[in-house]
This record gives sequence, C-alpha cells and structure tokens, in this order.
Amino acid sequence: MIILKIIAIIILAPVIGGLLTGMDRVISARMQGRFGPPLLQPFYDVFKLLQKESIEVNMMHRFYVYISLIFVIFTTVIMLLGGDILLAIFVLTLGSIFFVLGGYASNSPYSLVGSERELLQMMAYEPMVLLVSVGLYYVDKSFYITQIISSKMPAIIYLPGVFAGLLFILTFKLRKSPFDLSMSHHGHQEIVKGITTEYSGKDLAVIEITHWYETVIAFVLVYIFFATASNFSHFIAIGVCGVVYLLEIIIDNAFARVKWQMALKSAWIVTGILAAVNLIVLSFIK
Amino acid sequence: MKKFIKKSPWILHYDGSSCNGCDIEVLACLTPLYDVERFGVINTGNPKHADILLITGSVNEQNIEVVKQLYEQMAEPKVVVAIGICAATGGIFADCYNIIGGVNKVLPVDLYVPGCAARPEAIIDGVVKAIEILEKKQETARVKN
Amino acid sequence: MNLVAILMLFPLIASGVIFLVRNDYARNVIVRISACITGILSLVVVYVNFKQGLALSFKYEHIIDYCIMAASILIAVYVIYTGMKNKKYFAVVFAAVQTPLMIWFELTYKHGIEIHNDIIFDKLSAIMVLIVGLIGSLICLYAVGYMKWYHIHHDEYKERKSFFFAVLFLFISAMTGLVLSNSLTFMYFCWEVTSLSSFLLIGYTKTEEAKNNAFRALTINLGGGLAFAVAVVMIGINFKTLELSTLINMKPELMVLIPVFLLAIAALTKSAQLPFSSWLLGAMVAPTPSSALLHSATMVKAGVYLIIRLAPLLGTTSVGRIITLIGSVTFLVTSLFAISQSDAKKILAYSTIANLGLIVTCASTGTQESLWAAILLMIFHSVSKSLLFLSVGSTEHQIGSRNVEDMDILMNVSRRLSLYMIIGIAGMFLAPFGMLISKWVAMKAFIDSDNILTVMILAYGSAATLFYWTKWMGKLISNANRKEKIEHSFHIDEEFPIFIQAALTVVSCFAFPLISKYALVPFLSGVFGQATIPIDTSDVKIMLIMLSMLIILPISFSPIYKKDKRRIVPIYMAGENAGDNENFHGAMGVTRKVELRNWYIDNYFGNNKFYFWSNIIAVAILCVGAALMIWGGII
Repeated sequence: MIILKIIAIIILAPVIGGLLTGMDRVISARMQGRFGPPLLQPFYDVFKLLQKESIEVNMMHRFYVYISLIFVIFTTVIMLLGGDILLAIFVLTLGSIFFVLGGYASNSPYSLVGSERELLQMMAYEPMVLLVSVGLYYVDKSFYITQIISSKMPAIIYLPGVFAGLLFILTFKLRKSPFDLSMSHHGHQEIVKGITTEYSGKDLAVIEITHWYETVIAFVLVYIFFATASNFSHFIAIGVCGVVYLLEIIIDNAFARVKWQMALKSAWIVTGILAAVNLIVLSFIK
Repeated sequence: MKKFIKKSPWILHYDGSSCNGCDIEVLACLTPLYDVERFGVINTGNPKHADILLITGSVNEQNIEVVKQLYEQMAEPKVVVAIGICAATGGIFADCYNIIGGVNKVLPVDLYVPGCAARPEAIIDGVVKAIEILEKKQETARVKN
Repeated sequence: MNLVAILMLFPLIASGVIFLVRNDYARNVIVRISACITGILSLVVVYVNFKQGLALSFKYEHIIDYCIMAASILIAVYVIYTGMKNKKYFAVVFAAVQTPLMIWFELTYKHGIEIHNDIIFDKLSAIMVLIVGLIGSLICLYAVGYMKWYHIHHDEYKERKSFFFAVLFLFISAMTGLVLSNSLTFMYFCWEVTSLSSFLLIGYTKTEEAKNNAFRALTINLGGGLAFAVAVVMIGINFKTLELSTLINMKPELMVLIPVFLLAIAALTKSAQLPFSSWLLGAMVAPTPSSALLHSATMVKAGVYLIIRLAPLLGTTSVGRIITLIGSVTFLVTSLFAISQSDAKKILAYSTIANLGLIVTCASTGTQESLWAAILLMIFHSVSKSLLFLSVGSTEHQIGSRNVEDMDILMNVSRRLSLYMIIGIAGMFLAPFGMLISKWVAMKAFIDSDNILTVMILAYGSAATLFYWTKWMGKLISNANRKEKIEHSFHIDEEFPIFIQAALTVVSCFAFPLISKYALVPFLSGVFGQATIPIDTSDVKIMLIMLSMLIILPISFSPIYKKDKRRIVPIYMAGENAGDNENFHGAMGVTRKVELRNWYIDNYFGNNKFYFWSNIIAVAILCVGAALMIWGGII
C-alpha cells in the first residue's frame, strides 16, 4: 500500500510541478501582453532535452545532479507521506548541496559564479526554513506533518510572522526575481546560465525535473500552515497556494534581480525580525 | 517515440560582425508584438542548451575560432541559420580587409534569411523552416542508429 | 595494579622513555608501539569496566598528594622562570598566585576532607577514554611520519622530535587522568599539565610568533586554572568536600553557584570560547599533530566535558543562562568568521570553536535531550575534526600549501587524500552524518525549553557552516588540471591513521543508535532518573537508508561511467576557450589563465571590528551575568 503511494508521489509530483511551471510562463506572458507558450511547454522542453545528444565537459560533473535529484525525490516522498518536516529539510539541503557541487565539478567560470551565488542563496534562506519547522513544532508539539495538519486550528493563526517570513524566502526557493541570482529560467543572461551553464541534454532535463519537485516541496510548506483536521481546510490551503503562486509571479515580473549583498541582508533581517517576534510572542502566550 | 524538438527549439543568438541591425530585429521577435515564445522558443545564451544557432553578421579573423567553438559546443541535432545578407555572403562589407565572408565559410549553414536588416516576419518564417529541418535531422539520426 | 591506573601511568612512562631515546629509528618504533598499546589499553579498560562502572580511591593518597604538590611547584617555577625571561608577566602572576594558593589549601584544609572516590568510571568516562585513547594513539602514529617530513620541508626549525613525542604522551596521560578523576584537586592538577603541554607544543618551532602564541595560550589557560583553583578552595572550605559527584548533587544556592561559575570560566578558557578564543587561533602555528590532538579532538574537550558534568547545576540557574548565552554567541560569531578564512587550519580552528560553543550551549541547557545532543556532538566532532586536521597536514606536504584555494588540484595529485577530506567535511555538517543528528536534537531541545534566542542563533549558525564547508568541498572536487606534477607520495605512515579515522567517521554514523542505547541513555538515566532517545525510530531508519545511499550511489555510478561514451566538449568561456579548458583568449590577443576563487565576503565577516565587538559583548555577558547572579543570590 505504501509502496503504491510512494510510486504515485514520485510520478505525480513532477507532473504537478511541471504544470505549475507552465502556468507561470503563460501568466507571465499574458502580463507582458504576449500570448505565451502552450501550457504543457515545460514537458515539451524536458522531452526534447532527453532526446538530444549527450555531451559533457568532464566525466564527473553530471553525476552530482542525478544524486541531487534522488535526494530531492526523497524529500518529496517524506513530505507528502506526512513525515518529519525537519528531516525533510535536511535531506533537501543535502540534495541542494549536491547540485552546488555539480557547479564546482565542471570547473568553469560561469558555473563557479553560479555555485557561489547558489550557496549564498542557500545561506540566506536556510535560517527561515529551519525556523518554519521550529515554529510548527512549537505550536503542534510534533515535527510530523501528519500531526501538524490534523490539529484543530490552522498553524497560521499562531504563526503569522513565520508565515510572512516564509513568503519572503519562497522567492529564493522558487528561483524568481529578485532573488534568482544563480540561474534563471528567463532570458536573464547575466552569468550566461549560471550554475547550469555546462549542462545539456539529459542532465539539463534532470535539473529541470528537480526544480519541479522543489516547486511542489515549496508549496507543501505553504500548505501546512493552512490545513487542519477538517476537509474544507484542505481546499482553503490549496486556494492559498494558488494565491501565493500568483503573488510570486507578479513579484517575479515586477522586480529586477538584486545584488547578492541585498539578497543576503534582506533575507536575514526579515527572518530575524519576523520569526523572532512571532516566536517570542508565542512563548509568552503558551 | 514522438520527437519533441519541434515543440521546443531553443536558440543561441550570436553576433558575428553585424552592425546590430539584424540583432535588433532578432530581439524584436521576442517582444510582445511578434512573440516567438508561442512556438516554445527561448533565447538561451548558452550553446550547450541551444538547438538553433542564429548568426548575424559575417565572419572575420577574430571570431572565426569563436564561431567554430560555439558550434562544437552545441548538442546534436542542431541547425545553423544565417540571418541577414552579411551572414550569407558578407553583404556590403564583403570586400573589407578583415571580413572572411559569410558564415558558410566556417559552418554548414542550413538556412539563409536574407535582408538588410532581415524583417522579424522573415526571421520567424526562417526559424519555423529551421525547425522542420531540425526534425528531419533528428529522423535521419534515429534511422542511422 | 588496577587496569585504570595502568592506563593513566603507561603514557607517562612512555613519555619519559621517548624523551631519553635520541636515535630516530628506535624512537619511531617505541612511539608506534606505545601508541598501539595506549589504544589497545583504552579499548580493554572500556570493555572490562563498561557494564559495571568503577569507583576507585587512591591507595597511597598522601604520597600521591605530595608528589602532585612537588610537580606543581616545579611547573610553577618553570612557568615563572620562562615568563620572566620572555617578559610575559600575566603568566607569571597567574602561576605565582594559583600554585601557592593550592599548596596552602592542601597543607591546611585538605587534611580534614575525606575523598571517597578519586576515580569514577561511568559511561561518559568510557566515551571520553575511548576518544582520548583511540584518537590520541592514531594521531601519535600519524605524527611519526609527519614529523619526519616536517623537518625535511622546514629545515629552519630546530629538530626536537623526542621532546615533541614525549609531550604528546605526557598530554595523553594527563588527559586520561582528567576525564577519569572525581577528585577536584586531581582534576585541577591534570588540567594544569594539559595547559603546560599545550604551551610546550605551540612553542615547538621557537619562532617569535610561536613563542608569543604559546604564551598567549598559557596565560589564558592559567587564568582559567586560577579560577579553577579558587573554585576548588571555596568548595573545600565551605562544603568540606572535593568530589565532583558530590558537588553536582548539591542545591544551586549562591555559595554553590559562585564556584560553579568559576569552574565554568575555567572550562570556557580551556575550550576557547569568546572572549577567550584568541589562543586557539594562535595555536595553529604548531605542527599539525598537536593541532589535531590538543586543539580539536581532546584538550579543548576537557572544558566542555567539565560543563557536561556540571549540567545538573546549570540549566535554568543563573550560571546556566550565562553559559548558554556565551556558548550560542560564540557559535554564531565564529561560524560567520570562518566564512572569511582561506587558510584551512584557520577554518578548522574557527569551526572547532563554533562546535565547542554549540556543545557548551547544549550542555548548559541542562535538559536530558540537550545533554544527549552535547555528548553525541562531542563524539562526532572529535572524530571528524581530527580526520580533517590530519588530512590538512598531509595536504600541506603534498601540494606545499594549506590554502583552500590551492586544493583544487588535490584530486589530481592524491585522489584518496581528497576523498578522506571530503568524508571529514561531510561528517561535519551533512545529513545524515552524526553532527547533523546532534544539531537536530539540539534544536528540538532548545525549543522544548522555550529558548527562542538560542534556536535562532542555531539556525543562523547552521546556515553559515553550510556555506564555508560546501565552499571547501567544492574546491576539493574541482579536479583542476594543472600541469605541475607534484612529486610527493602519500605515505602509509600518514595514510593509515587517516584511513582508520575516515572509517570511524562512517561507522560511528551507522552506530549512533547503538551508542545512544548502550552508553548515552543509561548515563542520562543516571543523571535525570529517566531518559529516552530523542529521535524516533522511523527517523533513525530513514537516516540509515540515506547513509547507505550516500555510500552505494557513488560506487554504483562507476560502471555507468565506464560504458558511457560521451562527446567531450570544451568549457564555455564565451567561445574563447584556448582549447585546454584552462586558458582563454582575452582582449588584445593575450591568452590569459582562468583563475577560479571562492567567495570570502571579507567586508562583512572578516572585519576585525566585528570580532572586537563580539569579544566586548561576551565580556559584558560574563560581567553582567556574574553581577546578576550575586545580586539574585543575596536578595
């Protein structure tokens, strides 16, 4: 039974992630007054990439993105099965670090700058992500997602500050402007394609699929704040995810990329203030 | 297995020694008025991600190696589209001391889009035809294997 | 004679013998044999006494006391003499105050105090004995090969290898005594001997810089020793006891808390916490084996070990809150500082201080979960950090530099060495290795005790550690192709201990559920009355799966590599690649070399002002905390 669930998650999560990415492109295009690609375009992209010739820069660097994919799938499975959220975040960090190491392994200037920026992004959002799980544990006395979403009150009631902080760093996790320093899906070619510069064909497809999983993971984090034991709350939670995604697309189109100093400073200051105030207030209420 | 290259052709746009006229027209194709992203076209800046190499301007002593390298770093199947008359034959600069000639002096060009500057409609037309050539290349590659 | 006594005395005797043997070959053999015997003795002692534990009392107490007194006087005289000669007056003052104080105490009050158990061997002692014995002996084995090449590469330093090894073994003896002793005076003596060993080893090369750093270490540690001495005297006079086990069962009232605070200060100096961190950074000039043994794996653990022992008196008491705050501030500040360092030993030093800060924070929080995390952190940190130090030492021999930026050729020069270093780095911060498990439980423990500030500091500090370790790991896997072929092979002398430690790192991660079940939970039950493992079994299973995947996946990829014939293309350098992936055609037709360097974010995290203000804040915390403690106790 659980094997079936796991297989379903592994197959369906990237489909949902891909559809979300497709919606992103269509909505962005409409916002820019264009027609935009078809909704299934990300899937066409990935299939095309899978059919391209295999080339590589050296023997080692593509190995890292495959390992990264495996661990990101692991994270998705843990989260969607309702497991331990802190463990899931650590596994996700492991996967992301392998992705960064891939950038180093190709020994190329553009991917090196991309890797450094990706590491900086991780350093910027890591405190907030950890504090999200800490906050949820503080409220629901458990790290397990199944227990967090089966409480009577949605976690957002107790953790509005933490949720606001999560929204801020969600832009990092979804790789959207203004915080898409290391690689970008749009035509921003500041450091060519950043950390993904030296990849092509199947490896690039793997990177794309990894990002679909990461999109799903990011929205599970948002979802947890709104789901409760009642069935209706799940619809509300999905609705909120949709609104948040729309907000992220608007921010993406409205803001230019910032410099790394601003990215790091803003993330850490926002995390510090919002999370600290929220948790301290909570500690008095409890 | 259905081939998807026609649904998602990614381009690499390279300026050889162009006066930038054709380049501006190529970039205009990405704007809302012509919106080439409808066809799934993305302007990647990276040969390793690209399928179609759009070259404007002619080849000179300095960029002949660069053009060769970029072509080498692209993954099969790939096509080369020469945009504008300078990319085809050297245009009005053909007799200059530094100009070697059109892109076909260096690479196997699959499609020429004439014009000075080439119009966006012509460029889009050319890209669409290049996609068909890509598809054929993929078919022959599959048959060969 | 008891096995435990043999364990403490054997390294001492070995030290004496080694000092007298001048012949290189004979001495190397003696060192190797002594190291192996020390390691085996530790294993045997732990195996024999593990289940039951042990409580011993010295048989010839008076004779031992007088010997210790005589040794202390000799040490004090030596310190005062060298201090005066080198114009380091603080050290002189500290030594001149604390030794007479202790002697006076021994001759007057101590006779009326009966010590029931001088030595206690429980599960925590077992863990410490294993750490000191096993890692100590491995490092001594490594040092044999290392010192030979050290003097070949640095013929400007005077060769005193017998002295070096003698001090190493002296240190191991003192450290073993320290972790086994329950008598505060005996612990104090061992404490001071470790300070002395550290001083002697840092000053080994006798350069101006080494001498200054050695004295700085000595001064700060002697300051801590003075606090220790005052604390011992206070406890002896006020409570007529000198046993640690009795002390920690007392109620936390003011007259108990003041000596505990002083003991904690001594621990903070030994473990180089803020504001006492400068000595550890300066100690990096010492040869690598001493950095590995003293300044990461064992001596600095003496401080956190003392705090772990004192945990029942810390926790939510005023002293506990002060120490928790100091620990967490140290963790955050030094983690941020490590980002700006490119000298590998400096990075390791800052990381050591940071992790010790984390252990101090966990131990001082005083709950059962946080102590679990603290002890586990201690174990994993010792294993991984010593592995890293030894690897850095060997790397210095191989490529002639210990700058992280030069290590990108390491994979080309010595693939196995870079692999061991990668295992060491992974062991420091990556899931599912031990340090991460401990950090996880620590986070849970902090939030369970409503310690919001500590949780936030842990979150930020973890983010910083991620950055600097991954940077380093990235450099190691870069496999840059430089044309210079360095001719220095990786000797078996150096490889064997490194390999064992790498294996230990991996095995201990697999074994942590067992360590928890058989050592930690029983020990914590003894302290708290009831204890459970803070991580669920399902999580443990998932982590073991992850660990297995991390090992299996790289190996399973190798056959795929052999088969796959891909077209190799050059690196994208905007098309200007010169063809060898190392150079490109720059402007004006010049061919330039590509240089890839990491980010060091110097102006945020390397600032001296940043460090200065952190020290001020730490001093303020200590002073304000002490004042509040006294005021709170009086009213």
